[in-house]
Amino acid sequence: MKKSVLLLITFVLALTLAACGSKNANNGGSASPSESASQSADNAGGDVSGSFIASGSTALQPLVQQVSEKYMAKNDKVSIQVQPGGSGAGLSQVAEGTVQIGNSDVFAEEKLKDADAEKAKSLVDHQVAVVAMAAVTNKDVGVDNLTKDQLVSIFTGKVTNWKDVGGKDEKIVLVNRPASSGTRATFEKYALGTKSQDLAGSIQEDASGTVRKLVSETPGAIGYLALSYLDDSIKAVQYEGVEASADNVASGKYPVWAYEHMYTKGEPEGAVKAFLDYMLSDEVQNGDVTELGYIAINKMQVKRDVDGNVSNK
Amino acid sequence: MNLPESRSTADPAPPQTGKIAKHHLEEWRGKAYVYLCVLLLVVIIFSIVVFIASRGLTPFISQGVSIKEMLFGLKWAPEDDTPVFGALPFLVGSFSTSLIAALIAAPLGICASIFMTEIMPKTGKSVLQPAIELLAGIPSVVYGFVGLSVIVPFLRHTFPGQGVGIMAGAIVLSVMILPTITSIATDALRSLPAGLKEGSYALGATRWQTIARIILPTTMPALLTGVVLGIARAFGEALAVQMVIGNAPHIPHSLFESATTLTSIITLSMGNTTTGSLHNNALWSLALILLIMTFLFVFIVRLLERRVKRS
Repeated sequence: MKKSVLLLITFVLALTLAACGSKNANNGGSASPSESASQSADNAGGDVSGSFIASGSTALQPLVQQVSEKYMAKNDKVSIQVQPGGSGAGLSQVAEGTVQIGNSDVFAEEKLKDADAEKAKSLVDHQVAVVAMAAVTNKDVGVDNLTKDQLVSIFTGKVTNWKDVGGKDEKIVLVNRPASSGTRATFEKYALGTKSQDLAGSIQEDASGTVRKLVSETPGAIGYLALSYLDDSIKAVQYEGVEASADNVASGKYPVWAYEHMYTKGEPEGAVKAFLDYMLSDEVQNGDVTELGYIAINKMQVKRDVDGNVSNK
Repeated sequence: MNLPESRSTADPAPPQTGKIAKHHLEEWRGKAYVYLCVLLLVVIIFSIVVFIASRGLTPFISQGVSIKEMLFGLKWAPEDDTPVFGALPFLVGSFSTSLIAALIAAPLGICASIFMTEIMPKTGKSVLQPAIELLAGIPSVVYGFVGLSVIVPFLRHTFPGQGVGIMAGAIVLSVMILPTITSIATDALRSLPAGLKEGSYALGATRWQTIARIILPTTMPALLTGVVLGIARAFGEALAVQMVIGNAPHIPHSLFESATTLTSIITLSMGNTTTGSLHNNALWSLALILLIMTFLFVFIVRLLERRVKRS
């Protein structure tokens, strides 16, 4: 009796595993038909149903998570799963059709290069928020403002003491991000204009909370953080004399910012489209987006393309 | 147990042939169940190895990275215009953190198990053993956070440098591998034939002489097995180490300078890279190296076990 129950359980488990396996295999090629079928919208009454997955950027995840919970509370026929995993994972998965929305800190064209450039073309960009970054230092270094050249010298190791950039006599400790990080790519592109170096003795962390902790505790430390992570334990320095604030970003005075993207494969439809529309609605943009420390996309007076060219809206 | 009985009353067939068939059926069911489990296990292990190998070998086969450059190169710059993949800093970091962790944890763990088996078996079993086993249940992110909040500041104030580095990683790891080393050592000491100890005492040896000259030499291969398994565990630990080691892709000049390990570079970068890109595949190559190292550790453990059997 016992054995047969165990046997049954094993069979069920084996079958479940096999089913999962074959489903994944199907997803490798193109969008899974069952998923897209379940998204078909019931447009008659204006309400939608379906289930989909949004995966990718950890920087965007808190916003998507919060908004999706609100959206699901309003539309009980829709089920949304939000998975963190990194911008690269999100873009790969949406391009392969494994998930329906890929969250990314960078333009798809910047991640999917060379052999993968075709994949980027099939993706449709939805810019849902703007995130700005500021260089932050330990409170003891005595520097309020850094120019672009000074930042470049610091992050490429040409300057190793704070007294050379107007601070006190103290060794500079770099707290950088790993080479693949979207936050680092943004900071390098718009604040430094050049690649930074993985210098010996520098610290690298990916999680913003850990970066803040290390910068606040390590004497002479400098790093960079999204505005939502700034607090009293660290000091945000001005960039070329401009303070990192939401207003300065919106007016285009402060250049170190990036879009938060939600990519879909082809034009979105059904529940995915309804959710993205909700994401861009005034309710979310003026509410959740601002509340969580991002900058609303409709407040931006400037826009920027893939190559970094800024123009007025 | 009820099922066959009720069937035999309902079944008009002669009871003797029914009984034989039931035995056979039971035999067959048990066999099928065990074989199925083993098959599933083999398939899972095999597919993991195949998957990691197929991804990890791509940079060498079709993307123009040489194995020599990967194993002995000093520079890791995957996002440069001409990407360079030298993984020696990661190998050095992984080996030095796990070896130093074992150097710290092995004496502690072995002494604790001697205390638990030879000196105060009762207190050891009721207090010390549960306490050490509790260490195994703490999630690694908690170890990492404690390391970042306590050990890193302590090292920063006591030694030159920023606190992060191989030493911080090794200290955190040594606590994490303590349960592995202790429980294997305790099992080995407990399973020692009582006659050996009694013989030693009968010859007039003191307790310390018995421990140092009889017990430790006899159980040495088993103790080493525990240490090697501890090193293997330290080698594969990712999160806690990543939080305290600093992650600069360089071979550090001191134990208190930012360094990195195979596991920490994989966890830091895997999510940020796209599937199929050279950078991503290079990370899979590191995973393959990690897998091969783990196989090596298992191989060493097997060798040690053979020595235990022979003695």
